Amino acid sequence: MRFIDEYRDREAALRYARLIAKITTRPWTIMEVCGGQTHAIVRFGIDELLPPGVTLVHGPGCPVCVTPVELIDKAIAIASMPGVIFCSFGDMLRVPGTRGDLFSVKARGGDVRIVYSPLDAVQLAARNPDREVVFFAVGFETTAPANALAVLQAHQMGLKNFSMLVAHVLVPLAMEAILQSPNNRVQGFLAAGHVCTVMGYREYEPIAKKYRVPIVVTGFEPLDLLQGLYMCIRQLEEGRYEVENQYTRSVRRQGNEAAQQHIREVFEIVPRKWRGIGELPQSGLGLRAPYRAYDAERKFGVVAHTAEEASECIAGEVLQGAKKPTECPAFGTRCTPEHPLGAPMVSSEGACAAYYRYRRFTEKQVSTP
Amino acid sequence: MCLAVPGKIVAILDEDPLTRRGKVDFGGIQKEVNLAFVPEARVGDYVMVHVGIAISVVDEAEAHRVFEYLQQIDELEELNPPEAP
Repeated sequence: MRFIDEYRDREAALRYARLIAKITTRPWTIMEVCGGQTHAIVRFGIDELLPPGVTLVHGPGCPVCVTPVELIDKAIAIASMPGVIFCSFGDMLRVPGTRGDLFSVKARGGDVRIVYSPLDAVQLAARNPDREVVFFAVGFETTAPANALAVLQAHQMGLKNFSMLVAHVLVPLAMEAILQSPNNRVQGFLAAGHVCTVMGYREYEPIAKKYRVPIVVTGFEPLDLLQGLYMCIRQLEEGRYEVENQYTRSVRRQGNEAAQQHIREVFEIVPRKWRGIGELPQSGLGLRAPYRAYDAERKFGVVAHTAEEASECIAGEVLQGAKKPTECPAFGTRCTPEHPLGAPMVSSEGACAAYYRYRRFTEKQVSTP
Repeated sequence: MCLAVPGKIVAILDEDPLTRRGKVDFGGIQKEVNLAFVPEARVGDYVMVHVGIAISVVDEAEAHRVFEYLQQIDELEELNPPEAP
C-alpha cells in the first residue's frame, strides 16, 4: 500500500457514486473547504458522478487566494529592497498586487526565490549572513507548524538576518463567516483533511451544533472525497448535524499535539483581512512578542501600508461559494493564468485555475439561478 | 498549499528535537524530511509530509477503512432495497 493509487480505484469510485445516488432524495449544497480538494474534484470529475441535485461549491481554502492585496504590496516593497533575498512558495509570485507582482520584482533584478519549505529559507539565511532573508509565510493551520519550526530554528541558531512576512489564516472562522452570510447556501461541509491533521476537529463540533450543519473531515483522493460526500449526504438525509471523520488514516480528534504546542509557542491569534471577504476577528496568526524580531513588517517598516482591491475580479464571491468561476464574465477571457485579475486564477488551489485547467473546453457559461 | 504527500521513512538521520530528520521514500524518490512533530515515527512508518515536514504518521489499519466502509454500506444497501416511488 502506498496510500495514493488505491484511493483512485475506478470501480470503487463508481460503487460509491451509485450508493450516493441511492440515498439522495433531495437537492443538497455541500462545500469542500480546501482548494486541494477543489482541484481533485474538478480533475477527477467527482462532481460529475453525483446526482443532479447535489451541488458542490468551492470554499475559501486557498491561502494564496485570500491573502489581501496590501500584504502582496508589502511583499513587493520588501522584495524590492537592496540586500534582501525574498523567499516564497511559487504560487505567490504571480498574484497581482496594486501594481505588479513578485515576478515583476524578479524581472527588475530583485532577488526573489521559490523555496519548497520555510526551513530552506532558514538555511539560506545561515549561508548568507550579509543578506536579509525574508520568508512569505502564507498558509492555513497545515503550514503553521512548519513556519513555527522555521522561527524556532532561526532563534536556536541565533540568526539575526531571518524574518517572516506573516499572512497566516485560520479555517473555522472562515466557515462561520460563510454560514453567517445572508447569501449562504451551504448545507454541509467537507472539512480540510490536512488542516485537521494538525488541529484535530474538536473546534468544529460547536460550529456543527450551532449552525445545524454536518461537517465531515475528508481526505484528498477520489475515494476519500466520495466517502466524505456519502457521509455528509447521509447526515443531511437523516437530519443529523455531527462532525464525522472520513480521513482517519491521518486525522485524530485531538490533532497533532506536538505541532499545536509549537504553533502556540510562536504565534498568537490576531484579526486578519481576507481578500474578497474583509477583516475577520481572530481569523489569523501573528508572531508572539518574544519572536517579534522575526516580523518582517516591523523590520522593514511596512506595517502601516494599506491598499484597496480594485478590479472586476469576483474572487470574494467565488471564495465564499456564492458563485462558480464560470459565472464570472472575465473567466477565461480577460482573466487567465497568464494574465490573472485575481489570485484564484493563479494558485494551484484556486477554484478558477481548476476550472480553467480542466473544464474550460467543456463547461458552458452557467447562468445564476 | 495544504497538500501533503505520504512517504515511507527509510532512515532516521538526526534525533535532536527541533531538527529531527529522516530520509523518506516517495515512490522511489528519496528526500530529507523534518520529523520534529512525529516523535513517535520509526523506520518503516508512512508519514504525511507537507512542505518538508511530517505532520502525521499514517495509521495503516485505518487506511483500509475506506474500502471496508464501502463493503459494509454496499451490503447494507443490498439488504434494504429502496422503496418504490
